[in-house]
This record gives sequence, C-alpha cells and structure tokens, in this order.
Amino acid sequence: MKEQLEKIKSKALARMEAAQALETLNDIRVAYLGKKGELTTVLKSMKDVAPEDRPKVGQMVNEVRALIESKLEETKTALARKARGEQMEKEVIDVTLPAKREKMGHSHPNAIALAEVERIFVGMGYEVVEGPEVEYDKYNFEKLNIPKGHPARDEQDTFYINENILLRSQTSPVQVRTMENRRPPIRIIAPGRVFRSDAVDATHSPSFHQIEGLVIDKHITFADLKGTLAEFARELFGPETKVKFRPHHFPFTEPSAEVDVSCFKCGGKGCRFCKGSGWIEILGCGMVHPRVLEMCGIDPDEYSGFAFGVGLERIALLKYEIDDMRLLYENDTRFLKQF
Amino acid sequence: MNTALSWIKAYVPDLDVTAQEYTDAMTLSGTKVEGYECLDKNLEKIVVGQIKEIRRHPDADKLIICQVDIGTETIQIVTGAPNVKEGDKVPVVLDGGKVAGGHDGGPLPEDGIRIKSGKLRGVDSQGMMCSIEELGSSRDMYPLAPESGIYILPEDTEVGRDAVEVLGLHDVVFEYEVTSNRVDCYSVLGIAREAAATFRKPFVPPVITESGNSEDIHDYLKVTVENQELCPRYCARMVKNIKLAPSPEWMQRRLAASGIRPINNIVDITNYIMEEYGQPMHAFDYDLLAGHEIIVKCAGDGDQFQTLDGQVRKLDHTVLMINDGEKEVGIAGIMGGENSKITDHVKSMVFECACFDGTNIRLSAKKVGLRTDASGKYEKGLDPNTALEAVNRACQLIEELGAGEVVGGIIDICAGLKEPRRIPFHADRINKLLGTDISKETMLSYFGPLEIGYDEENNQVIVPTWRQDLEREADIAEEVARFFGYDKIPTTLPAGESTTGKLSYKLRIEEKARQVAEFSGFSQAMTYSFESPRVFDKLLIPEDSMLRRTVVISNPLGEDFSVMRTLPLNGMLTSLSTNYNRRNKDVRLYEMANIYLPKSLPLTELPDERMQFVLGMYGDGDFFTMKGVVEEFFESVGMNGRVHYDPKGSHPYLHPGRKADIVYNNVTVGYLGEVHPDVADNYKIGEKAYVAVVDMPAMTEFTTFGRKYTGLAKFPAVTRDLSMVVPKSVLAGQIEDMIIQRSGKILEDCRLFDIYEGSQIKEGFKSMAYSITFRAQDHTLEEKEITGVMNKILNGLQSMGIELRA
Repeated sequence: MKEQLEKIKSKALARMEAAQALETLNDIRVAYLGKKGELTTVLKSMKDVAPEDRPKVGQMVNEVRALIESKLEETKTALARKARGEQMEKEVIDVTLPAKREKMGHSHPNAIALAEVERIFVGMGYEVVEGPEVEYDKYNFEKLNIPKGHPARDEQDTFYINENILLRSQTSPVQVRTMENRRPPIRIIAPGRVFRSDAVDATHSPSFHQIEGLVIDKHITFADLKGTLAEFARELFGPETKVKFRPHHFPFTEPSAEVDVSCFKCGGKGCRFCKGSGWIEILGCGMVHPRVLEMCGIDPDEYSGFAFGVGLERIALLKYEIDDMRLLYENDTRFLKQF
Repeated sequence: MNTALSWIKAYVPDLDVTAQEYTDAMTLSGTKVEGYECLDKNLEKIVVGQIKEIRRHPDADKLIICQVDIGTETIQIVTGAPNVKEGDKVPVVLDGGKVAGGHDGGPLPEDGIRIKSGKLRGVDSQGMMCSIEELGSSRDMYPLAPESGIYILPEDTEVGRDAVEVLGLHDVVFEYEVTSNRVDCYSVLGIAREAAATFRKPFVPPVITESGNSEDIHDYLKVTVENQELCPRYCARMVKNIKLAPSPEWMQRRLAASGIRPINNIVDITNYIMEEYGQPMHAFDYDLLAGHEIIVKCAGDGDQFQTLDGQVRKLDHTVLMINDGEKEVGIAGIMGGENSKITDHVKSMVFECACFDGTNIRLSAKKVGLRTDASGKYEKGLDPNTALEAVNRACQLIEELGAGEVVGGIIDICAGLKEPRRIPFHADRINKLLGTDISKETMLSYFGPLEIGYDEENNQVIVPTWRQDLEREADIAEEVARFFGYDKIPTTLPAGESTTGKLSYKLRIEEKARQVAEFSGFSQAMTYSFESPRVFDKLLIPEDSMLRRTVVISNPLGEDFSVMRTLPLNGMLTSLSTNYNRRNKDVRLYEMANIYLPKSLPLTELPDERMQFVLGMYGDGDFFTMKGVVEEFFESVGMNGRVHYDPKGSHPYLHPGRKADIVYNNVTVGYLGEVHPDVADNYKIGEKAYVAVVDMPAMTEFTTFGRKYTGLAKFPAVTRDLSMVVPKSVLAGQIEDMIIQRSGKILEDCRLFDIYEGSQIKEGFKSMAYSITFRAQDHTLEEKEITGVMNKILNGLQSMGIELRA
C-alpha cells in the first residue's frame, strides 16, 4: 500500500512538473483526485486494509493528497503568471501614438479674464451683480454727478436712444442702482457690456466690457482702496506686481486716481510692451463722491466708500498678449482654441 | 497740451530738474505728463562758427570750401549749401559730434547722425554747417530759417559758443493730459503754479504793467451785452497804428513748441495769451465794425454766417453771436467772422477778452459743427476774473513788441465777479477719509503754493476763483492727498462687517450653460449687441414681424450698428460664416447674448433684456447633437423632466422640416433647428448649419441646484422590446408620450434603438424598435403586472395606426 502511494505521488508530481497548460493541470486533478482518480481509488480500497492499520494508511493517503493539491495550486499559479506575462508581451503598445481626445470647447478670453477677476473679488466677499445695458440717462450720468451739459458727457461719446434712454457708457450706473436698493455694508462687483461711439480698430470697439467695483461702509478710507486694488493686482498679475496710484479726475469720485501696475512682462524695467515706462495703466478709481452718496440716499457723514472700474478687454489683451481687439469679436475658432 | 519747459521756467525760475524727474513728480501730483521730447536729443559738439573765407571746390561745381572760425581755431568745411556767404555766423557740428537728422527734414533717426572729418571730392572737411532740419527742428519753430540751406545766426552771436544753447534748443517740450475739472491747468500759468507747488519753488507770474495812451476807448467803441447770462463778462481794449510784423523769436518759439504756428505779432499775441492764461481772445478790425459798436446777443433762427475759415455756418436762436452795429461778426467763443477778420491792411483793432457760458459754447460748437481751441477752453467754464488780467497782459505785450498804440481805458461789462469759495476745513475728517495721519500744519503747507487761503477764525479754506473744481471737503482732501503723495498713503483692507461673496442665481445658471457648451465642444463667441436693420431680411423675417420692432440708436456709428438685436442669430451666423470662409472645419460656437425687446415704441421705459444661450455649428454633428446639448444643460440645472419638441413653431430662418420649439412644462423655452438653406446662402455658409437658442429667463423658473438622492434599485428590472411599423406622420415623441402615460410609475426607461425607412418597409411607413424597461421600487414585478401594462401600450400603438412586426 505504501509503495503504491509513493508511486502515485511521484507520478503525479512528474506530470505536474511537465505540465505546460492550465487544462493539463485539470486533467491531473481528475486523474488523481477525481471521483475515479487513482488516489480516490486507494481511499475506496481502505475497507480491505486491516482496521488497526487504517489510521496510519489514512494519514498517508491524506498526506499524499495534500501534497498533490498544494503542488497543483503552485503549478497553477506559476502557469497563470507565465500566461499573463506572455499576453502582456503581446499587448505592448506604442505610447507615442496620438491621443484620443474629447473635443472640448474653449472659453472666450474675455470670459476667462472675467472669471479671474470674479474669483479674486468673490474671495474678498464681493457679490457679483448686473444691471441693464440699455439704461436711463439719470443712472448713467445724472446720479453720477454728471448733469446734462457736463463736459464729461462729451468725453464718452455715448449712444443715445432718446433724450432719457441710452446705451450705458460705463458700468457705473450699477453703483447707483445698488446704492438705491441696498443698505451698507455694500461690496459688489458689476461686470458687463458697455458702449461708446468709437469706430472699430485694433484698439477700439464700440462695444466692450467693464467691471465696476463698489464698497460702501462706515470708515472706508482711500488707504482701503489702495490696499484692495494692490491685492487685486497681485492676484491677477502675480505676487511681485507693484501698483502706482496717480491723481486723476472722475466726476463721481473724489479723490480720484488712475492705477498703473508694474509691467508684468519686464517687471518694471521698461520694455516694448509697456512702451518703456515700466508701468501699465489698468484702471480708474476713487472715493465715492459725497454728492453721489447723497443722490443715492446714503448719508456721506456716516458712510464712505470707494469705487473702481476696470476694462475687461484691456486686461484680456494685456494678459494674453493679444495685439488686435478685433480678434475678440470675430470668433475665429483658431483664435478661440488658444484659450 | 504741449508746453516747453523753458516757458514754465519763466514763471518758476528756480526749477532745476531733469525731464524724467519732472515727468514723474508732476504726474504723481496730478498733472499727468504723457510724454516729452528733448529738443537737444542727438545734438553734440555743435558750436557757433563764422565763415571767414569761401573758395570754390576745384573738382565740383556745386561744392564750396569754407574756412570757419569756431573760436578756438579755424577749420575747413566743404558744403553744398547755396545760401552762405563770408561773415555769416552758423551752427557748426565738429568732428565726432552729432546732428539729429538729415537736411531734407525727413523722419529723425533714433540715434541721430554722427559727423566725422573726411574728404569731399578729395578736399578735407572737418565738420558740417547745419540747417534747422539737421538740428532736429523745423521752420515752424524757426521761421527765419531758409527753406533749404544753412541756418544763419544773428550777427551779434558770440563765436565759439554752444550753438544749441544760442538757438534755445536745450529745452524739453512736455505733453500734458489735463483732466476736464482742472480748467486752470489748460494754461502755462496754471501748470507753472502746479510745478511750483510740486517742487516747492517760488511761483513768479508775469507782472502786468499799465498800458495805453491818454485816450479813452469809450470815445471809440460802444459795447452792449444783451444776454449777460451767456456772457458774464466782456472786456475790450483797442490798439491803433498797428505795425504788423513777425513776433520776436522767443514768442514764436514758445508758440511753436505748443504746436501753434506763428503768424504775425497781433495773432501771435492773442495765441500767446490763450496759452499763457488759458483765456481765448479775438481781434476785430476796428474799421470793419459798423457803427463802431459791439453787441453780444443770440442769432436769429435760420441765420447763416461765414466764419473766418471761409465756411458758411447755420445758426439758431441759442447760438450767441458778436454783432457790430449792422451785422453778425463772430460766433461768440468759437470763431470770428470772415467779414471782420484782421488782414495785412489792418490799422486799428479791438481786442475781445470775454467769458462765455461753457455749456452754451459746447452746445453751439456742436450745432455749428466747429470745435476750435477757443471753444474747447470756453466749454470747460472759464473764470470771468481772468479776462481783465489777460487783456491787459495782451496790451502790455503790444507795447513791449511795438506792435501798435494801445488806447487808454477798458470796456469791462461784468455781471459780477466770482467770490472765492469758502470750505470748512477739518483735518481729522480728511485724515479719516484718506486713512492717513497728516497734521493740520502739514496740510496747510500744501495749500499756500496753490494760493488756497486759510481763515483760522472760521476754520475755513478760501479757494481762489480759478479753482472751480474745489467745492467741498472731499475736494480739499484730494489736494492734501496729491501733495502728501498718493504713494505715501498707507495700504489697508476694509475692516468692518464681513459680507458674503457670491454670484447671482442668474449668473450661476449661465455658468452652467457655458460649462455644458464647452464640455460639448462649443467655444465661446462674443458679438455686438447692435446690428443693421437689414439683418431681418437676411434672416427672412416677415415685414410685419414683432422682431422688427427694435430699440433704435439715434446716433449710431453707421447703419450697420444702428438697431439693438431682437434675436441673437445674426451674430452667430456671421461668426459661423467667418469661420467657414476661413476654411475652419467642424466649427461649434456658443454665445451668451442679450436681446433687447422694447415694451412699447417709441421707447418710454427700458426694454426687456433677455439673455439668450445661443449654440451654432456646422460640420460634424446634426440637429440631434444640438438637442443633446440642450438636454445636458437642462439636466445640469435640475430640469430632469421630459423636454418636448414642437415642430410647429414659426421660425422663418430655420429649415421648415427641421426645426422645433423647445417646450418644458408647457412653456416654450427656446428653439432649435437647421438653418434655412436660403439663410445659409445669405450668410455664405456652404454647409448645413444648426442653431439652438435657449431663452434663459423663460427657463429659469424650472431650474434648481437642489438635488435629492433616490435609493438605488433593489429589485430586478424587466425589459421588453417592441419592433413596429409606424406611419411616417407619427413622431417618435408621440409614441414615447403614449408609452410614458400608459406605463405609469413602473416605467424606468423607454429607448428607441432602431429606426429604418426603406425598401423592406411599405410605402408611407417606417420601422421603429423600442426597448422598454420596467421596475418597481418596492417589489419584484410579477408577469401579470407587466402584461397588463404591455397590453395598454399595445392598444395605444394600435390606436395610432402602428403595427407590430413579427
């Protein structure tokens, strides 16, 4: 009996050793461990063994069985690994072949620049609001301290619908609407389309976009205006950006300023981009004129505030180095795809 | 405004700064310098020389050989200039020196022209004698210069001196951008005052001495101002025995640097005063004034008047005119008349120096279509107090220049002088507005040089009359800020109650639309809001359509930009056309475009501005691609209900068989379709193009950002496939509506998986196959439930004339 088991064991091991395929292993399992397998047959013949020898023989049979089973498992793992290895070798690809891409659309450069600006100001607690593009004269001018006959009206070459209704020439009317409808504290930005009677060329368009900013609260100072716009400029143009405030005049702010940022191309040394000056003008701003506050029903003795206006196209052209404003309104996909 | 630094220095003698320092400091104190031009740029080693001897060149007919004394030595110069003679004093550039340009007066090279000793036709030449063009200037600046040839200096010029200095070319011309509120700075004196305050140097304005003979102007001239509201002040003085001549070089040069062409002493003096004081003047020929009288009054409606530029101008009753005893002789503040202008024969003249109402001048200038230097100054609102000083200054110059005999006395009709304004002064409040901590004394020290006074008793600042921009405390704060220095004001962030940063709901929905469009391959376009009314014809819009009722711009840039769009397709189709004609393939664009629908016409209230989400494409994709984008968008903003497509809506710009209204919850929220082939032709788009338009305000009520989870299905689904033959007139949407309605809650999905029309199917029919999935949330469906629903569906199909295929 023992010899028989030894023989089965060695034969089985030899066959497994020689096996090349997973199917062969299955045959081996059936041949030895299956219902009619050799080892099973031995087990069945246990009844012929003397009762006192049965435990010993049983143990031997089980040992052989365990050995075959573990060897089967081992061989199976080895064969599977080998097969996978062969398969993977066949599956080698040329990773430098072209990518397959979903065709995504692209945002307009104006919209990208606007999103940047919105991100910065929303992070500082500003709400983004809108106002009408066809606007009353009183909001676009009169309540901004630009009465009828004021010379500033000529500077802006406004499109009129009739005496009282016009295409807004600035986003500042949203300031007035906001102040009339809300109580301080107010922190808003108001992006939008504005219109001026400028013929189309590389640097002019009769329709463009501005972003207005307005903060009204107690104790708002010119220093706050400076700090806010300096922060804005660093966020938009990079942490090294410096800002310069120059006195200027707007009818609806006093004191007023124009703001230059250090040229982000040359860092302020002077280059072709900034026309050698090292500075690039980007926006106008100031402390809200007390008369404007009064006209909007806000007491200038209690509240103060600042306002600013940025040209969106100006930022887009500067940031993305676009040399002709007309490109922004042609919508050539070769242009748009670059953004 | 352009002014030579030398002119500023005439009133701020201690000013000693480089051009760049001046530029930076003036800009930071509020007088923006746009740029400057150094007149001595590229002028090196140029001295005064005297020609001692001229010989002919042995080998060249057109050249001469000059021996030129340059003070230290005599050098030999060969020249081709025709105009020099022995004894002439001329500018000479020496070996190794530089001149600014060529003798032809063409554009100046950036780095000038280096001059070296050399041989001309074999004869040594150790330098060059210069024309005014070679010195970088022009005959406008130096009218005495010959048209072509060497500039001849005055006989008394010292030989060997720096010729650039002699010619006054060590000067810088600054270009200023003066803001509209600073009327006083549209003058050399105004800017000089700012410069003095900026650099803390004494300001020395001209001292005006008395002028005039013992006669009285009132014996010569009568002036009446009928409309004092439009003419608060009218000053007149008289000059007789006029000797017309060129004005002196210093005056010519100052005017030329300011961009004004010198003409003769009289004209130059009026221009000089306009620059110096910012006060326009006019000179009338006294002998041409009928009745020796001046009457200031408005024109009659329909009057015509020939201005001294020869143009005939149409007038009306709002235009203020200067008249003599019989006729109109000038448009007040804008331009004098042809009929009274100073000619070379003038003997006596009247100087007018007046103050007119700024708004009226501005409107009149627009009306008569003539904006002049004078009207540009008046329309900003001049200080009537300046007029008297200015006219006296002019007469002083007449006498200084010997241009004529000033008649004594002055006619001054004045509705009242301006009183200096008083503004309460609270240093603490100014500091509070600026966020600074500047002492009261420091603030007051800024005011002195600006001639802003201080009344300590009443704690008020007293504003000079020329500073019409200073009206209240905030204005005074700006004066403090700009002389303290904007750059020295601290930078802080607003303190106080915090606020929530956010987008409005409308903008959030629009953001979703943009995202979905871009994920679907559409790039963002932007087009103009105004367009040509002819666009409606291109889009086949009927004559009587409401869409032709537009908001019309009264002063458009041209017809092409004259009406506000009432539908957003023209911009999109134009953009598609641009791309098509540039051979761009598979173009997909979208735009967030406002349309403007008038509520009534003529417009009395603001129009309805409706944001339209517009998609357009040609190339890869079709009608159903557009539909997909619309549905993706709706789903992204919580519109998960069924979208209906109604092919009946009227959209003349769309293919009649390939268009639909987009209907959600029984509300039409947009439309889509293939662009009508005629319209595509009109826009020169040579492929099938598709558009979709979503009317954002109409759909917003159905949107939500709220989301609610429903449990994942626990019970199995059952799928039934139906293959059918359908009459062509029956739409897939109708079949789906029926299936949805008859299945009730257990319907999970109903999907068309095959559609076929062709030879195997009988005429007038199409083959369609649907896969219908049922599932219950709370139990496993039993066969009889399914059979029940399927029977209802089959009955429904039958009633629609649909047969099942075997």
